[in-house]
Amino acid sequence: MKTKLEIDVHHLTRIEGHGDIKVRVENGEIKEARWDVVETPRFFEVMFKGKHYSSVGILAARICGICSIAHCLASLRATENAFGVAIPETAAKLRLLAKHGETLQSHLLHLLFLAAPDYLNVPSVLPLLEKNPELIQIAARLKGLANRMCDTVAGRTTHPVSLLVGGTAARPSEDKLIAIRGDLERSLDDLSAVRDLFKTFDIPDFVRETEFVSLKGESSYPFIGGRLMSSDGVEKAEHDYLVMTNEYVDQNNTSKWSRLSRESFAVGALARYNNNHRFLNSGAPAVAEQLGLSPGCHNPFMMNVAQLVECVHCTHDSMRLIDELLEARDGETVTAVTPKAGEGVGAVEAPRGILYHHYEYDKNGRIVRANCVVPTTQNNANIHNDLGALVAQYVSERTTDKDIERLCSMLVRAYDPCLSCSVH
Amino acid sequence: MRYLGLDQKRPRVAVFDFTGCEGCQLQLANKEETLADFLKAVEIVRFREISSAEDGLPDIALIDGAVTRPDEIERIKTVRERADMLVAIGSCACFGGVNQMKNAFDLDEANREVYGDKPKETIAARPIKDVVPVDMEIPGCPVSKPEAERVIQHLIWDVPYHFPAYPVCLECKQRYTVCLFEKGQLCLGPITRAGCNAPCPAGGLGCWGCRGPAADPNYEEFFKLAGERGFSEEEIAERLNFFGGFKGVL
Repeated sequence: MKTKLEIDVHHLTRIEGHGDIKVRVENGEIKEARWDVVETPRFFEVMFKGKHYSSVGILAARICGICSIAHCLASLRATENAFGVAIPETAAKLRLLAKHGETLQSHLLHLLFLAAPDYLNVPSVLPLLEKNPELIQIAARLKGLANRMCDTVAGRTTHPVSLLVGGTAARPSEDKLIAIRGDLERSLDDLSAVRDLFKTFDIPDFVRETEFVSLKGESSYPFIGGRLMSSDGVEKAEHDYLVMTNEYVDQNNTSKWSRLSRESFAVGALARYNNNHRFLNSGAPAVAEQLGLSPGCHNPFMMNVAQLVECVHCTHDSMRLIDELLEARDGETVTAVTPKAGEGVGAVEAPRGILYHHYEYDKNGRIVRANCVVPTTQNNANIHNDLGALVAQYVSERTTDKDIERLCSMLVRAYDPCLSCSVH
Repeated sequence: MRYLGLDQKRPRVAVFDFTGCEGCQLQLANKEETLADFLKAVEIVRFREISSAEDGLPDIALIDGAVTRPDEIERIKTVRERADMLVAIGSCACFGGVNQMKNAFDLDEANREVYGDKPKETIAARPIKDVVPVDMEIPGCPVSKPEAERVIQHLIWDVPYHFPAYPVCLECKQRYTVCLFEKGQLCLGPITRAGCNAPCPAGGLGCWGCRGPAADPNYEEFFKLAGERGFSEEEIAERLNFFGGFKGVL
């Protein structure tokens, strides 16, 4: 056991937003091990007030620069549920395709640009431009394809333009869909190369049991809407989300914290994998097995592996969706919308975990009250608790101070936190 | 790389984030077909979102986000002192962005509503130029990577960059996008500065004016046109005030 250790990471790098790690060990005792989110609050829930339903999705997207499609989709779903609007099947397929594009874009950015440098012992991807240009090319191809998917279906990757209440504004041309279908097929080789790279990574052996919350799959790996579940056996309807989230304010954090059956819970790729692994499609379970991920995994560092498994799933599922869209050529993409007074909740699996938007509308279709519960908000307390356990495990071993700091930073990064989003 | 017999400078670029969604920074890591070239054309000395390295003072500081908390005032002042050139990127940094919509509310009440009896520090949202002098502004929500690339190319070669004076309408014509007014939508394209290549109308959404006004916009004609098409003043004002670029117009 170390007698003294002090770690003070101000504004952790290679994550979205601003958060600090503080660890203090004195006389062999852990006095403090904290994860604090210090991001500036923007008060989106207040800014939503009075907004007309046609502008709500546009504002919701601005909560996050990385997962703007997820925010937009959760927002549209909340509004549609409030008005009792059912969207056409073609629109649902297009939305899921845009969602897959975002999941791929976000996961690949995190895996290759933000997380991989730790395992490759470089401060960022920039040195790899010279050292490993092949990897950069693979990353650029994969991320480029994911962004192209979003651009084609949603009009733009960051802050989508074609997603609106009632459906989607347009249907991408057949040529574009066929081109993306071909690129997706070819990208499987690149994903295999990423899998092989991750096989070489020495993923820390750290386990702390927690509760995992996600959408509940009924017949497929769920991304948009449906029932809610936790690995501790809680199951609720979408509109009962508050029972799952239980937000509270922590003095040291601008992000709220959450709890359910235990002191904290986790959402995200690992939660989805643990709760819904049986719905993964053909290629994905094999990748999980090759990288040592199996259901019931409580090692937060394996979040990265779960993200890669989801990339394989989303690639296959996107090809299926494109095939179906090409088969049924003339489906409507938008339904007429009549606003009415009422409340609606939309739950969507954003890349970092389950996301809820909840709106109350007046009869003119303007928002009276809004609430958003964001994935990283739900993860922050769990990250904080993990950090304490991680320090306790490594402080007693022969690990240098620098390595403990590195492990703490890697742990936070493994959750792929999105702090602007979590504070909103 | 040489151009007209001259060696290229490799400016030292740093990226700093203030209040916003960090989507503009993300754009800098996008446009994968030229990403490697872009990252080699400049020397990134600080870019917290993608890199742990920090390496000295920058020639160019790119600023993402608005100022909404007292500590950000001090931070932007320090950045200003250290950087030769300060460039605001995105609508939040240039105009306050969507953040400035909170200024219409009582902030103490807003705080109580979100945080109950544990309020967090916040002040009215302000664009960067309201706090320190800004040398250049690249607007957009998000900023357009091709445009950011063009600006950086000009800075590398010391050639002044001129933003388009014309409005978004012209770019819709160039890409054969059917006018959104013809589809019954409100669109700020006639008065908004071009340079984004009009992705929103092409995707089926009327322009929301995230880039602020074009040079010498004809507001009078625009209000007349929008009125004739059945859009209320309230509706137009709401849209003009969404990103903060048209502050005080209506």
